[in-house]
Amino acid sequence: MALIAQLAFSLITGVALFFFGKKLMNIRRNILLGKSLVMNDAPAERWKNVLILAFGQKKMFRNPLVAILHLFVYVGFVIINIELLEIIVDGIAGTHRIFKPYLGSFYDFLINSFEILAALVLIACVVFLVRRNIIRLKRFIDKDLNGWPKTDANLILIIEIVLMGCFLTMNAADVNENYILSSYLKPIFSNTSSSTLSIIEHTAWWIHILGIYAFMNYLPYSKHLHIVLAFPNAYYAPLEAKGKMHNMVSIQNEVLYAMQPELAPTTAAAPEKFGARDVMDLSWKNLMDAYSCTECGRCSTACPANSTGKLLSPRKIMMATRDRLEEVGKNIDKNAEFIADEKSLLHDYISVEELRACTTCNACVEECPVSISPLDIIIELRRSLVMEESNAPAEWNGMFSNIENNFAPWKFSPDDRDAWTKQD
Amino acid sequence: MKVNTMADFLARGEKPEVLFWVGCAGSFDQRAQKITKAFATILDKAGIQYAILGKEEACTGDPARRAGNEFMFQMMAYQNIQVLNGYEIKKIVTTCPHCFNTLKNEYPELGGVYDVIHHTTFLQELIEQGKIKFTDSNEWKGKSITYHDSCYLGRANDIYEAPRKVLESLDMELREMKRCKSKGLCCGAGGAQMFKEEEKGDKRINMERADEAIETKAELVASACPFCNTMMTDGIKNRTEELNTEVLDIAEIVAKAIQ
Repeated sequence: MALIAQLAFSLITGVALFFFGKKLMNIRRNILLGKSLVMNDAPAERWKNVLILAFGQKKMFRNPLVAILHLFVYVGFVIINIELLEIIVDGIAGTHRIFKPYLGSFYDFLINSFEILAALVLIACVVFLVRRNIIRLKRFIDKDLNGWPKTDANLILIIEIVLMGCFLTMNAADVNENYILSSYLKPIFSNTSSSTLSIIEHTAWWIHILGIYAFMNYLPYSKHLHIVLAFPNAYYAPLEAKGKMHNMVSIQNEVLYAMQPELAPTTAAAPEKFGARDVMDLSWKNLMDAYSCTECGRCSTACPANSTGKLLSPRKIMMATRDRLEEVGKNIDKNAEFIADEKSLLHDYISVEELRACTTCNACVEECPVSISPLDIIIELRRSLVMEESNAPAEWNGMFSNIENNFAPWKFSPDDRDAWTKQD
Repeated sequence: MKVNTMADFLARGEKPEVLFWVGCAGSFDQRAQKITKAFATILDKAGIQYAILGKEEACTGDPARRAGNEFMFQMMAYQNIQVLNGYEIKKIVTTCPHCFNTLKNEYPELGGVYDVIHHTTFLQELIEQGKIKFTDSNEWKGKSITYHDSCYLGRANDIYEAPRKVLESLDMELREMKRCKSKGLCCGAGGAQMFKEEEKGDKRINMERADEAIETKAELVASACPFCNTMMTDGIKNRTEELNTEVLDIAEIVAKAIQ
């Protein structure tokens, strides 16, 4: 019997890890569908960002109360997972608390700390559920999240509560142990026979570990993937001033060769697509951003366009990019290569009206706790609209021709540029 | 007023300390011209040898680039860099945060590398160095003012303190809006919005921001960008015609208090 449990456990562990790894590789492939972008400069500064932005969660502390609750969940998650190591060894070897004899009183200290953290995680998750479903904060009930995203968010919180509950129950039902918090739960089991207790302990143990495996495999399909990608995303966070836009070298050269034909290469360069029409035209960093997004909505709350009722929502830009990328990924899984499906990120997922509302104010970029730039994607799509489709509002076309002819966005004579010096 | 151009300096075989990049708004917009003149007056009074490009200046290309027209941007950048490099420009000061951002962050990789400084930082330095002195009874003393952060100065380039320090050095009472500094709300003009109708929504962005400014009950609103100035002026006029809260550029405030 014990051997069967051990075998079953080992098999489940292997299968869980296999599918998790497979899906991660799938996501990696999807991200690498993006255009190359080399960002290997200044590793010291980049590691500093990982430390401050990802580990230190600097941006979260723009709202300290929420930051502390989130910190409980995050620290709890990371540290309680140390206990996972023992659970896995126990499961495979058929042992019970295998580390205890080696660690002695330090073991008790560890489990006691885990229990306190588990309780904090539990409390924080309950508060988060209340914020989403009872207080109904604006950014959590926004139409961006209608349907699956709302369920996804609640599921994550409920799963965490169940997992922490199982961990505490498992310790409470363990007749040989007395830990700091679970000992208070023991009275619940005072009339329970020791054989039933053992069943309860084992059940809690199994639900806990199976729950963790299920959660792990759920991650790649969920907004919760940020717990993995926040770290690389912080490493690859842009280091330049936020006001700087990516240069388009192909156009820079085209202008240069028009002005100085002697510099033009004799062989014509292959024509390039300008801006992004679909996810493959974005950079891999834009695509990793999409998978890193946890749909918290801080960006859209800060967005001047969104908060004054315009269609644009930076959060929705990120969600649409991920949805389209997933669709393209499935297309590749099915056909071995991407077969055109008459759809694109621009128009089918993100409308012209949304793109037109952006003031490029960088509020969304500033707010994002995991270093995402919705602005970067908006700009790339605008480039495609204007340069590939010549799709601009009439006023913008007027502005372009004024710049071209009068060297100013308004229709003034360039000769009057210094007219102010002659006024009194 | 007498303002030398780079060509004037070149004709005399001299070089100015700094180039004053006026920008399109500062050159053509009637309201912004006042800011330009105020800043030029300060430069004169502080004894700074400066020049403008005059008719040789052209749009940096910022609104075209942000609208998605990279061709137009690259054309303008090429021309401007030719002119700037031709005069061997080292240092540029500008009263427009959009020009500032483009010149400082986007021209270097196109071959235009200059020491670019926004006028609020420049003014703060002049005050610190004692090159600008205020009259003992400057008219701003004790007046309440709220400062509207320009996105292209603030979030885009992390300049939050210089304009505030200038106001404080005038002994003004600075009242912050609900959203300020890195959380500051845009005036609604950036990203080439200045040059088109706003998309449809519940409220205009400049009205939202004007309401926040009015909420502080400050007597004055300070701006550091000609476009913000237009948007805030329009917004506030729309709400409080009788109050007549003025929106002034940091340069205009300084110019009035200077000895």
